Amino acid sequence: MNWPRPSQISYRTLRVWQRNFSVYRRTWKISFLPPLLEPLLYILAFGVGLAVMVGELQYAGRPLSYTVFIAPALVSVAIMYNAFFETTYNSFVRMYWQKTYDALLATPLNLEEIILGEMLWAATKSVIAATLMGSVISLCGLFEYPGALLLIPIAALGGLLFAAFGMICTALVPGIEMFNLPIFLGVTPMFLFSGTFFPLENLPGWAQSLAQLLPLTHLVALVRGSALEFWSGSLWLSLLYLLAVTAILLPLAIALMVRRIVR
Amino acid sequence: MNILQVEALRKSYGELQAVKGISFAVRKGECFGLLGPNGAGKTTTIRMLYGYTPRDAGRLELFGLDIDRDIREIKRRIGICQQEDSLDPDLTVHDNLVGYARYFSIPRQQAERRAGELLDFFALKSRAADRISVLSGGLKRRLMLARALVNDPDLLILDEPTTGLDPQSRQLLWEKLSALKGRGLSILLTTHYMEEAERLCDRLVIVDHGEILVEGKPTLLVRERVGHSVLEVADPDQAVRDFLAREQCRVEDLGNRLLVYLDDGDQLFLKLTREVRTEGCTLRPAGLEDLFLKLTGRELRE
Ligand SMILES: Nc1ncnc2c1ncn2[C@@H]1O[C@H](COP(=O)(O)OP(=O)(O)O)[C@@H](O)[C@H]1O
Ligand SMILES: [Mg+2]
Repeated sequence: MNWPRPSQISYRTLRVWQRNFSVYRRTWKISFLPPLLEPLLYILAFGVGLAVMVGELQYAGRPLSYTVFIAPALVSVAIMYNAFFETTYNSFVRMYWQKTYDALLATPLNLEEIILGEMLWAATKSVIAATLMGSVISLCGLFEYPGALLLIPIAALGGLLFAAFGMICTALVPGIEMFNLPIFLGVTPMFLFSGTFFPLENLPGWAQSLAQLLPLTHLVALVRGSALEFWSGSLWLSLLYLLAVTAILLPLAIALMVRRIVR
Repeated sequence: MNILQVEALRKSYGELQAVKGISFAVRKGECFGLLGPNGAGKTTTIRMLYGYTPRDAGRLELFGLDIDRDIREIKRRIGICQQEDSLDPDLTVHDNLVGYARYFSIPRQQAERRAGELLDFFALKSRAADRISVLSGGLKRRLMLARALVNDPDLLILDEPTTGLDPQSRQLLWEKLSALKGRGLSILLTTHYMEEAERLCDRLVIVDHGEILVEGKPTLLVRERVGHSVLEVADPDQAVRDFLAREQCRVEDLGNRLLVYLDDGDQLFLKLTREVRTEGCTLRPAGLEDLFLKLTGRELRE
C-alpha cells in the first residue's frame, strides 16, 4: 500500500468537489428539506413526548431540559450521517456503477485528488446540514450565541473524519450491500452510545471508557459544549482526539482506495 | 515525428500475462489500429497509456514526453474514449461536456463554445438538455466521443468505439472519425471489426495473447500474407479436393467449406468451375478478416 504524498495533491482536487456541488445544486430544494425538518420532528418526539417522562437532567453540574440536551446531539449525528453516507453509498455508486472515477482518470486529475475531493465534498454536506439544522434549532431558542457559531468549523472537522471513515468502508467492501456491516457495528452503536440521548455517566465504568474511543462521543461533546456554551478544558482533548483520528483516517482512506482501484 | 512511442510494454495480472512486450509507434496525423480478439490485451495497453493501469515494464512516450515525468501534461493533451460508457448520469448532455472541460481547467466561456461546436459536429444539439439515461447506445457513444474531444487533444485514443452499436450509428461514427482524421487529428483505435480497421486505419498491428503478430498497412498486409483473392467452396466433394490437390494451391479445409488463397488472377477459379463444378464456388477479394483469422485462429474467445 502506498501512502499519498502531498505533492500528488493539486488545486484540481476542487474540481471533484465542484462536480458534486453542481449535481447537488440541481436538487438543493429537496436536499435542504431533511436537515430543516428533521430537527423539528426530533424535538417534537423527544422534546415534547419523551421529555415529560425524563424531565430535567444534570449536565456538567447544571440542570438542563432534555430537549436542550439532545438538540446538539441531533446536529452531531447529522454531521456523521451526511459525511458517512456520502462516501459510502454515493461514492460507491459513482465508483462502481457510474464509472465517474474512470472518466476523471482520463483527465489531468489523479486518483488521490479524486478521493480527497470526494471526502471534501462529503464534509461540505456535513457543514450544510449542521448549518441548516443549527439555524432551525436556534430559531427555537435552544442554542447560545456566539458559541453556536463554532458548529461550522466543528462540522467541517467531524465531516472530514466520518467522510474518511466511510471512504475506508468503500475501499474495503466487496459490494454495496456490505455497508450494512460498518453501519451495524460502527455507526449505530455510535448513534446510541456517544452521549447523544443520555449522559455517558449513566453507563457502567467500562462502557464509559469504551465510549471515549468513539469519535462521535467527542464530536457530541464539542458540539454540545459550543452550542450550549458549556466551556471546559476537556473540550480541547476532544478536539485533539478528532484532529488526530482525522489525520490518520484521511490518508488511510486515500491509500486504501488507490489499492482498491489501481490494478 | 512520433506522437506516441511504445516500447516493450508489459503487464501481468498475477499469473496471467495480459501484455507481453508490445512495441509500436503512432505518427502525427495518422490513424493507427490495435486489432485483436477479446482478451488480446488491447484495453490493458490503452489503460497503461494514460496511467490508469501501472505498467510492469517498458517505456512510454507521448508527444516526446516521458509518462513517468509528465503524466499531467500528457493527459491534458490526449482525449480518451473508454470502452465502457462513463458519462455522468447526474448531468445533462451539455453539462457532461462543459463539466468535463473543467477537469482540464478550460475557462468557462471557451468550454461553452467548444461544447457548442461538438454538439453541432456530432448532431447532438437537439439533445443538449436531455439526461444521459434517456439516450440510446449510439447517442451515448457519440457523446463519449464528443467528450474525449473537449480539450482539443493532439491524440485521440478510442477503445472499441463502435462495439455493440447498430449499423446506422456505426456508419455515422466512422464518418465523423474520418472527418476528424481529415483535419489532421492523430488517432489510436482498438477494434475487432475488420471493416472499421480497413476503413479508418492507415497502419495497424494485430495483437493476440498480449503479443503483436503483424504490423503494417492493412491492404499490403492482406496482399502479402493472404493473397489477392479467396476462392470459397461450400460442401466440397472428393472431386473438388482432388482437383485442388493437383493444382498445388494453398487450401484451408474447414470441413464443410474450403478456402483457397490465390495470389493473382482468376485462372484457377475458371478452371474449377468449368471442369469440376460451379455451384457453391465463389471468388472474392482477400480481406483483413482472412488475415485476422489466419493469424489468430478460428476457435472462439471468451
Ligand atoms: N483488472 C484485471 N484483473 C485481472 N485480469 C485482467 C484485468 N483486466 C484485464 N484482465 C485480463 O487481461 C487480459 C486482457 O484483457 P483486455 O486488455 O481487457 O483485453 P481486450 O481489451 O483486448 O479485450 C484478459 O485475459 C483479461 O481477462
Ligand atoms: Mg477491451
